[in-house]
Amino acid sequence: MFDTASLLLTAPELILSIGATALMLVAAFAGDKATRFVSAAAVALLALAGLSLTGVAGSGGTAFNGLYSADAFGAFAKVLIYLAASVAILIAPRWFEREDRLRAEYPVLILFSAVGMGMMVSATNLLSLYVGLELQSLAAYVLASFMRRDSRSAEAGLKYFVLGALASGILLYGISLLYGFSGTTEYAGVAKALGDGVNLGELFGIVFLLSGIAFKVSAVPFHMWTPDVYEGAPTPVTAFFASAPKVAAIAMLVRVSVSGMGTATHDWQQIIIFMSLASIVLGAAGAIGQTNIKRLLAYSSINNVGFALVGLAAGTEAGVAAIMSYMAIYVVMTLGSFLCVLQMRDQTGAPVETIASLSGLSQTNKGLAAAFAIFMFSLAGIPPLFGFWAKFLVFEAAVKAGLFPLAAIGIAASVIGAFYYLKIIKTMYFDEPETRYARGDSLLEKALIATSAAFIVLGYGLIPALGSASAAAAKALF
Amino acid sequence: MSGFPILSLMILLPIAAAAICLFLSDQGARWVALATTALLFVLGILLWVNYEIGGPQWQFVENAPIFGRFAWALGIDGIALMLIMLSVFLMPICVLASWDAIEKRVPEYMAAFLMMESFMIGVFAAQDLFLFYIFFEAGLIPMYLIIGIWGGVERIKASYKFFLYTLLGSVLMLVAMMYMVATAGTTDIPTLMQFNFDPAVQNWLWLAFFASFAVKMPMWPVHTWLPDAHVQAPTAGSVILAGVLLKMGGYGFVRFSLPMFPDASATLVWVVFGLSMVAIVYTSLVALVQQDMKKLIAYSSVAHMGFVTIGLFTFNRQGIEGGLIVMLAHGLVSAALFLCVGVIYDRLHTREIDRYGGLSNNMPYYALFFMFFTMASVGLPGTANFVGEFLALVGAYNANSWVAAVATTGIILGAAYMLWLYRRVAFGESKNADAAAMPDLNAREWVMLAPIAAATLWMGIYPESFIAPMRADVGSLLARVADSTPASDAQLQMGKPKAAAHGEAH
Repeated sequence: MFDTASLLLTAPELILSIGATALMLVAAFAGDKATRFVSAAAVALLALAGLSLTGVAGSGGTAFNGLYSADAFGAFAKVLIYLAASVAILIAPRWFEREDRLRAEYPVLILFSAVGMGMMVSATNLLSLYVGLELQSLAAYVLASFMRRDSRSAEAGLKYFVLGALASGILLYGISLLYGFSGTTEYAGVAKALGDGVNLGELFGIVFLLSGIAFKVSAVPFHMWTPDVYEGAPTPVTAFFASAPKVAAIAMLVRVSVSGMGTATHDWQQIIIFMSLASIVLGAAGAIGQTNIKRLLAYSSINNVGFALVGLAAGTEAGVAAIMSYMAIYVVMTLGSFLCVLQMRDQTGAPVETIASLSGLSQTNKGLAAAFAIFMFSLAGIPPLFGFWAKFLVFEAAVKAGLFPLAAIGIAASVIGAFYYLKIIKTMYFDEPETRYARGDSLLEKALIATSAAFIVLGYGLIPALGSASAAAAKALF
Repeated sequence: MSGFPILSLMILLPIAAAAICLFLSDQGARWVALATTALLFVLGILLWVNYEIGGPQWQFVENAPIFGRFAWALGIDGIALMLIMLSVFLMPICVLASWDAIEKRVPEYMAAFLMMESFMIGVFAAQDLFLFYIFFEAGLIPMYLIIGIWGGVERIKASYKFFLYTLLGSVLMLVAMMYMVATAGTTDIPTLMQFNFDPAVQNWLWLAFFASFAVKMPMWPVHTWLPDAHVQAPTAGSVILAGVLLKMGGYGFVRFSLPMFPDASATLVWVVFGLSMVAIVYTSLVALVQQDMKKLIAYSSVAHMGFVTIGLFTFNRQGIEGGLIVMLAHGLVSAALFLCVGVIYDRLHTREIDRYGGLSNNMPYYALFFMFFTMASVGLPGTANFVGEFLALVGAYNANSWVAAVATTGIILGAAYMLWLYRRVAFGESKNADAAAMPDLNAREWVMLAPIAAATLWMGIYPESFIAPMRADVGSLLARVADSTPASDAQLQMGKPKAAAHGEAH
């Protein structure tokens, strides 16, 4: 009765879902006293799930008759997701302690979200894709409004939910069209059906499917929710939104485009190119006027999604490898930036979010300013920081695929993006100090900032390792 | 010396020193920076002494493929050697120039300068296309901070302008580089210099590289970031900007544009000539009306760079060697002129020409040095600029006599604005009491200015020391572009001997 082989292949999801259910019981009975234990256990579960990827779950092949694929591509994305989820759990307690204690459901919700994201990146069937996506999203809606008494947080959650539900509807409609015209929901089957020419119904299906996913990756023109949700959600949750679900959604998009619609590349390539360029330009231009650091980072994430999509537009194996490297570097840069944002609190401990409050930080807190500057220069793609390498790879893939206009316009638009990253550095380094932040007292957060900054500065030594891992991930799809 | 990774040492040493500086006191950081830059100068001399003239084209070669996709590949030819020498020569002087002038956040300042030095050496020593790009771009970060933190009143606008202009130029070059690597299958610069790209594609690649180098150089009309950056930067920042960073553009033309795209260089030579002629005449005229000393020298830099670009694209030996010598000479002379401005700026805190006057009365030694560098900038025989500009113009005449004629007016205009500047600052009555009360050069300023004056004279009187290491490299460049050299407008024809005169029979 039990399909043992398939169960083994889905080991990370099993570990996480059984563990999360158990922890939920702990949380329900022990209450918020157990938060520390639940958090620690959740991180341990994520580590365990990550470890299980070294076995058959990282390279085993298809499970449950083609619903799920355990391959190097999924494993690569899952490592990033679990890493980002762990960080999101670790940085939460100090942020929430100001209002009241962190509630024990927080780590559990992150775990459920991680299960959903694991499903998203490993799904090889449109329905398992949808189930994974919904699991991730439902947890995310709750997380966005996790500060019940804060109206901005509640607004963020509601907005995210309404728009997310709309996107899910669009996505499902696309799936139903593809199913109706190809007779299957399996990626391989859809690809086969698209192989003999794309008819109008299938084309509509592709467009709706991509639109739904574009909402999840917050690519222009489906990006409007991002700044509001990022601003309103509690900062640790924003850090989580900007990292793990982004990786999952991009990886899901890559897998469904390449293995599900790889036979009709020309039909979706132009959509991706448009989304990519629009995200780069709008993400950059929209950020210029922002005064809130979280909104600015939201636009930065839109901008970055645009760059990642350049790799997908290439549609080649090198392009997919480039996206995976991009996401790995992006996750570190983003988490690092949000960790710096977490340190922005006034003398009473209340969080500060205005960019203006950063002025003169380099004189009041040298270490934090240096780390923040490293992340900003890196996000702007200035060598010798590692963010340059991420952009380099995707554009190289585009050039190799012959997409010269895309590469030239995209890379020229990255200069617009550089402007607002520079604005933050200018505020920190050139302006005179106004406000003083409370000294950060969390050794853990400092260590995380230092580690990610070191990764960004010294990352070039890791290029061979990162390159071969992402190449293996890309190979799994082709 | 063979086998010792001296270039890696020269790149990594300042980075390490920069990291140390950040944790020191103000005075400690100054001394560490001075010691490091002095040590690098010694290493530079070792490099020059051990450079084998007439030896292999690429010397001190290192290659460690540690980055997977590209390599830590270093090596220099004579041109790179000379530019590295220029950098390491100017750096200790910059540190001295900042000794008292920079009062706030000294450790960070010195760290930024040391990082700058590392990246400059890296640019000239890189033998891998992407490694070159990384160093080329990385230099933006410290310079942005130097202008923005320690600059003048308008520093923020200037720093943005500097950063974004240069970045926009460079990213297009990056796309071209990716294409080249995809086509040629290697990132090795010496190999690429011999690779024949499809002539139809060459034009696009050339233009992409041109976008970057023309901004860096800077050429008219993309020079507008330079006056702002120069005026707002602290003295030492201007020195490095004028002395070395501008030379990266010229270096790029010699290293990339000419040997890698010879056909495109020949096809598009009119672009270079046209823009350079405009630059020489127009920016010289603009320099004439400036009220701000630094701005005047900045515009004169743009004009001088016009000689460099004309010289480099003449496709003949005199022109290219002349262009290279102008690069070195301008590196010395404009750096010295900015130092001269810095000397009096430190005393009076204004750069406005009208606030000075009659300085030769109370600052005779200063006036002497200023006079010497003014003459050098004008191109007086016996100074470095004369050698370079003369050769460049000879080369230009061989290539196109109109270009030579227009460019030569730049010499006259240069004399006009520089001599007028000197007259207004150093001669005449002492109009302002505070300017008349300024003390003459102190020992530190002597140590800064005297070596540059000596080097300028050396290059002017015995340029062979500087041309000799570059001669073979110019030769191989000429051999590379020989097939595509555009026709000269000097159409020499062998004359016929006159028929014998009638009266000869007598």
